[in-house]
Amino acid sequence: MDIDWSLFWESLGPLSLAAVVGTIPLALVSFVLGMVLAVAAALMRLSKNRFVSGLARLYISVIRGTPLLVQLFVVFYGLPSIGVVINPWPSAIIALSLNVGGYAAEVVRAAILSVDKGQWEAAYMVGMNRRTALRRVILPQAARVAVPPLSNTFISLVKDTSLTSLILMSELFRKAQEIAAFTQEFMLLYVEAGLVYWVICLALSSGQLRLERRPDRHVAVA
Amino acid sequence: MSLSPDAERADAPLLTVEDVSKAFGDNQVLRSVDLTVERGDVVAVIGASGSGKTTLLRCLNGLETPDAGVVSVAGTRVDFASVGSAGAKELERARGSLRDQSAMVFQHYNLFPHRTVIENVIEGPVVVQGRSRSEALEDARALLERVGLADKADSYPHQLSGGQQQRVGIVRALALKPSLLLFDEPTSALDPELVGDVLLLMRDLAAEGWTMVVVTHELQFAREVAAKVAFVDAGRVLEVGPPAQVLGAPREERTRQFVRRLTHPL
Ligand SMILES: Nc1ncnc2c1ncn2[C@@H]1O[C@H](COP(=O)(O)OP(=O)(O)OP(=O)(O)O)[C@@H](O)[C@H]1O
Ligand SMILES: [Mg+2]
Repeated sequence: MDIDWSLFWESLGPLSLAAVVGTIPLALVSFVLGMVLAVAAALMRLSKNRFVSGLARLYISVIRGTPLLVQLFVVFYGLPSIGVVINPWPSAIIALSLNVGGYAAEVVRAAILSVDKGQWEAAYMVGMNRRTALRRVILPQAARVAVPPLSNTFISLVKDTSLTSLILMSELFRKAQEIAAFTQEFMLLYVEAGLVYWVICLALSSGQLRLERRPDRHVAVA
Repeated sequence: MSLSPDAERADAPLLTVEDVSKAFGDNQVLRSVDLTVERGDVVAVIGASGSGKTTLLRCLNGLETPDAGVVSVAGTRVDFASVGSAGAKELERARGSLRDQSAMVFQHYNLFPHRTVIENVIEGPVVVQGRSRSEALEDARALLERVGLADKADSYPHQLSGGQQQRVGIVRALALKPSLLLFDEPTSALDPELVGDVLLLMRDLAAEGWTMVVVTHELQFAREVAAKVAFVDAGRVLEVGPPAQVLGAPREERTRQFVRRLTHPL
């Protein structure tokens, strides 16, 4: 099989550009919003109020129990039929944030529960209420526990953004599809797209390693 | 002619516990506990594991909610039977008001691991009591100086020995300027050679006039420092009195057995 190297190099520019202006910002924004949802859902899940925790449980269950592709289609193709039309960008962000939020909620919840009960007591002892205790004492310690699993969530999210090509998002994979359709070089373009994803994920993993290996001066070696 | 007559009278007990009961499910942990602690006194609480000592201490500062009974600290009086029926908001407020009066030193220190020693100490004063940071820092430095930990101000808790951590725990409690200090087995997690430092510090605090309730197995400390010893057995204060009596010539057979077992473990 001949490899059309000139097409390869020629496509690398547009593909990288699509990653930089599409895939990466989409993943970043969705992740940040998803984390807000995750913390909220995790706290709701820990609430003593049955209704509140039930609501969070339902959200998490629906997100984890349905395919991301279905979630994307419901937002982009489903909502218009009940009169809600949303463009590809916001649709993708909404669906991906909801998705990440549902998965990360359980990670955040486990991290909060992993903080020693004595920390709550010490926080209450110095006079804090629940909210302040969470903000000043519990969440900072939970965050350390949550970093490794959440970096994995982020890496998965970067790859999952490729599904948004199906709701017309102009991102890396859609760009590859466009070039492939035009040049009929499917093998080359899809492998090349895969390579670009791979490079992004390699960079993220090395960042993750550095984050995890950072000398952790705050936490005693148990 | 005052809102809170208790607070006015310097000769009133600093702490009174009346008829306090607490159950976890069908495990009745505290049974109608009464206890009085005079201002400036140290009361040592002794008793077997599981007898309810920690639970009692936690009820005193609102970490635990009694099912019934009255706790009053420095003029702040909470009747849990009536508060319990007044709703969650009211209960939270009552617990908070008790908490404002006392500070607790924990068996396992429970320092905030993500904050330095001095940040641990000023957390309550600055974040909760709203005191100025510079003033709180100044106080904290003075307190750390006095327990010999001035050079550890910027260390993290895990860089300290157990005895040092517990002294920070005590400083954190003192920095809150409470009326009452509560200690839950402050030395029982320490290596034997580190116990002395902490007990010495506590003895100094007692001499300075702090009112303290100390759950402890250190009978020597109780004998020398406590005004009263309370023996807790199965959720009751079975016997309370001067150390010479409770530890030296107990009236109750259960107390006698317990003291003998602590004094002669073999
Ligand atoms: N949060 C809780 N939920 C259920 N049961 C509890 C709880 N806290 C304490 N208990 C129970 O209450 C009883 C008394 O416990 P507590 O910790 O007050 O005893 P203690 O006298 O401090 O014992 P130790 O000397 O071992 O510290 C025990 O049977 C314990 O299992
Ligand atoms: Mg205990």
